[in-house]
Amino acid sequence: MKALWRSLKQSKTGMIGLAIVLVVVVCAIFAYQLAPCDPLQQDLMNKLHDPAWTATGTQEHLLGTDQLGRDVLSRLLVGARITLLVALAGTVVGGVVGVVLGCLAGYYGGWVDAVLMRLVDIQLCFPFTLLALFIAAVLGGSLGNVILIAGITSWVRYARLVRGEILSIKESEYIEAIRAEGGSDARIIFRHILPNVISSVIVIATLEMAKIVLMEASLSFLGYGVPVTIPTWGRMLSEARANMVSNPWQCILPGLCITLTVLGVNLLGDWLRDYLDPKLDV
Amino acid sequence: MSERPVLEVNDLTVTFKTKYGSAAAVSGVSFALAKGEKLGLVGESGSGKSVTSKSILRLLPSPPAQIRGSIKLDGEELLTKSEQEMCHCRGNRISMIFQEPMVSLNPLYTIGNQLGEVVRLHKKVSRAEADKQVIEMLRTVGIPSPETRLKQYPFELSGGMRQRAMIAMALLCDPEVLIADEPTTALDVTIQAQILDLLKELNRKMGTSIILITHDLGVIASMVDTVAVMYCGHIVEKAPVRQLFHDPLHPYTKGLLNSIPKVGRTEGDLQTIEGAVPSIYNLPAGCAFSNRCGECGRICKEKEPPTLQLEDGRVVKCWKYTPQWGEEGANHE
Repeated sequence: MKALWRSLKQSKTGMIGLAIVLVVVVCAIFAYQLAPCDPLQQDLMNKLHDPAWTATGTQEHLLGTDQLGRDVLSRLLVGARITLLVALAGTVVGGVVGVVLGCLAGYYGGWVDAVLMRLVDIQLCFPFTLLALFIAAVLGGSLGNVILIAGITSWVRYARLVRGEILSIKESEYIEAIRAEGGSDARIIFRHILPNVISSVIVIATLEMAKIVLMEASLSFLGYGVPVTIPTWGRMLSEARANMVSNPWQCILPGLCITLTVLGVNLLGDWLRDYLDPKLDV
Repeated sequence: MSERPVLEVNDLTVTFKTKYGSAAAVSGVSFALAKGEKLGLVGESGSGKSVTSKSILRLLPSPPAQIRGSIKLDGEELLTKSEQEMCHCRGNRISMIFQEPMVSLNPLYTIGNQLGEVVRLHKKVSRAEADKQVIEMLRTVGIPSPETRLKQYPFELSGGMRQRAMIAMALLCDPEVLIADEPTTALDVTIQAQILDLLKELNRKMGTSIILITHDLGVIASMVDTVAVMYCGHIVEKAPVRQLFHDPLHPYTKGLLNSIPKVGRTEGDLQTIEGAVPSIYNLPAGCAFSNRCGECGRICKEKEPPTLQLEDGRVVKCWKYTPQWGEEGANHE
């Protein structure tokens, strides 16, 4: 734990990433305590206000109001909850499924590999949005389903990556050595091969997490995301699209939130990859 | 040597089914290893040394490898064991060290972590107890201040150190048989000598039988009791080390010994064996060595020679030592 902290302190970018992620997480956890208004409270008389620091802004709504007069700050705070939940859970679902299937394909090869990789190929043929829409239309839009969709659409990239790396690692001498010392297949895969690929998986995961945030946004935009009663950054973005020219802040603010969160996760992931890899420890 | 041998290999044949046809990497290999015996397997690259050793541990992927024959450890057949039973044997009863110590340890784990894992894999002991055994073994193989090494990663150790750590890993569970697959080829000469001395000493102290695989006749001469010479998947000659070097029987062994450069001899070219190893997909009809053999007769090209058990316990696979050779001796070309 001490070593972890020391390594983090040495990495400026890692610290920045951690700071951003912490802010977002705290906002998400205490969203309802921090929010000045009810995020669903409409006030059509006061709609489309700009943030307080602009000429037309009011002190009442610090970050302005949207086209239905709902407080943007409150919606951003509450939206962080859902966005973060979907991004994290989606990444975990996709990551776990992808890594496990990738391991099986890479390690055992043969028909297991053939079947899984053809599945991956088939899925990669589909445009991402079409696939997400298809699943959403079949399953219906709910929080759980959005997470599931995030997982289903992202596992292929983990699987391909992990399979490729395992193909080279499983032939290495130390894997043969541990087999000669009596290691079983499961032990070899999970204890000796997996830690070697985990650094690449983390990099992919941070990129995927960003993608999932955007996926959630596009699903909400198309009307198949989480229910309308739950504010999310993606939905805010898509709702503000109509007024983009007249009220640009409506787009900029949720867009900024998505960008910063993604950036924070990427920076943190970058440091984590370096930290987890003792080969870079020289 | 009246007691039952620790390891008995009988008529071991390993064929690989490939797209070029089926290749017999090892055919009809038999040998027995007594307790505490040191057996050397020598031969050129591709003569089947490593395949033999890997099939003993059942480390070959199957398919494409097909293993036939019998491998008995203490009378127990290894080839029919389940994968799970095999896992129990590997490392515990038979161990192996590899030629590339630089890459034979997982770079992600400390020495203590990796070696401790092997202990805990085969013995039900606590982590602390495992650490203690690892330290003990590291000390036995001559690694100074093992307590510090325990917490170091493989990249922090030199090649010789890593090979010592590998040997320690292989010996942790006190195996009956240790297979050393060219344990010194990747090391420089001074370290080579140290590692070989270590192996000899451990063999004496712990009574572990050793199969040493190498293509270095110098290593064989100083190390083992018995030598088996392999050529194209066959054991062509097997004899106690002194006899093999002083009075080789098989023409191939003679050729090998002749081609060792001798210190001080400056005249003349270095002796070689004419020709090249035949392709494993397309072996000659008779003796595999017949196309390079200086003493080849007609029968050698037609029929595979039998494996002869001579009176003094030596084994040779050559027509020259059969009664037929005398009768048809005139067919010498």
